[in-house]
Amino acid sequence: MSLQLRLPASRAFDYLLLVLASLALWAGLAWIAGPDALSGPGETLARAADYLGSAAFWKHARATGTAFGWACLLSLAGGAAIGVLIGMSRLAAEVGEPILGTLYSIPKITLYPIILLVFGLSLSAKVAFGVLHGIFPVALLTIGAIRNTKQVYLKTARVMRLTPVQTASTVLLPAILPELVTGLRIGFSSALLGTLIAELFASEEGLGFMLIRAMEAHKVVDIMALAFLLFAAAAAIGGLLLAIEGRVHRAS
Amino acid sequence: MSRVRLIQTLLIGGSVALLEILCRAGVIDHFTMIPPSDMLLSLIRIARTESWFWPDVLYTLRNLAVAIVIAVAGGFLIGLGVHAVPRLRRCLDPLFSSYYSVPTFVLYPLLIVIFGIGPASLIVMGALFGVVAMIVATLTALDRIPRALIKTARIMRLDALRGVLMVRLPAAAPHLFTGLKLAVAYCVIGVIAGEFILATAGIGRRLSFSYNNFDNQTMYGVLLLILVFAATLNALLNIWEKRLHQRWYR
Repeated sequence: MSLQLRLPASRAFDYLLLVLASLALWAGLAWIAGPDALSGPGETLARAADYLGSAAFWKHARATGTAFGWACLLSLAGGAAIGVLIGMSRLAAEVGEPILGTLYSIPKITLYPIILLVFGLSLSAKVAFGVLHGIFPVALLTIGAIRNTKQVYLKTARVMRLTPVQTASTVLLPAILPELVTGLRIGFSSALLGTLIAELFASEEGLGFMLIRAMEAHKVVDIMALAFLLFAAAAAIGGLLLAIEGRVHRAS
Repeated sequence: MSRVRLIQTLLIGGSVALLEILCRAGVIDHFTMIPPSDMLLSLIRIARTESWFWPDVLYTLRNLAVAIVIAVAGGFLIGLGVHAVPRLRRCLDPLFSSYYSVPTFVLYPLLIVIFGIGPASLIVMGALFGVVAMIVATLTALDRIPRALIKTARIMRLDALRGVLMVRLPAAAPHLFTGLKLAVAYCVIGVIAGEFILATAGIGRRLSFSYNNFDNQTMYGVLLLILVFAATLNALLNIWEKRLHQRWYR
């Protein structure tokens, strides 16, 4: 018990250790690779701070945020809807799950030309690409969650003569909520990846666009600073969702 | 099972047929997408006539194989090491859990600067992408070994090596295989995406090259090849995994 009480402090210490170790590793690598390949922590963080203070950066960040927000929303809503629809019938799950799994595993980056040809250089191309990445993991997790729902719940729903819609909204959704939060986290990160990749290849604004421009100009410090900011933001939100997830799983 | 297969076949066949009809009828215009049958014909044509085809395919496969070996073997060993030191594991846990939420591809240009444009960057990219899935799967696998089995091994007085070989590894195997499956999928994504972004050879590079040259025929032929390859690989691993699980949990 005393161990558990001490845990928060020691966990903070663990995080500190991880951060310090990463910084040391980073500085070491930068020293070995030289300033042409990797910029050191000090320089990079200073540039990242510059970015945070500049209006141009926030304009691009807002563009990415808009695309990502839509992609995330559509992935989650669409994925959960597909998951519930397919998951509620055993046959549909058996048929659909391998297909969705395969769609999830293909290198979707190769589909980017099609997305561009269909949507052109636009916000919808970015959103579509984000959704393409995010929707399958959410659907797969939802199907898995429904399969693992206790049969008793479903039988109870049948005994109470609930309609499929009622079953989904009053029995299934609450039962799979913890897994849905996991889906939220995975869908969030996949959609972010998709949105950024879309911006890397073809776009006129956004953080991915800033990155590719820095790459083309071979500005190592800029690349590193942007990568750092993206990593930090993604890791922070990921960590937050993970904490929520842990709480929901424990509560249920 | 056969009914499931039948419905799957019908679904996929139906989608392809629908796509074919939409393309042929002009609902989807020719610049956006060519009919699936033309994709297949184009793939057959480039496989038979283009001199770059086999070298590019072999280049990708070779890099992929090396990346998978590094990711799986490395991930397993790192997983073992991290599992042995709970303290280290607690420190690294946030890293592992947020690893796939950050866009790793933004590091690829840095890899090119460090390793040069060539196989090494692609292999490192693929391995970097796949290794954490294997590490996490190894940790899960070791966590999930039933206590009863470990106790049984102790009661039977198995020595450490035999305990690992005869009890722990077989008990961990299903999760390890899931890790292998994920690592392979991530390596495929990493290597082909790397080629797509910037490379001198490889099938992913051929895709971006033909796309940039508005060569839709070649592009869709190559795209078909990549998709069929990834889907087949995934299906084979799934079938294999299912068989293994059936054997273990009989």
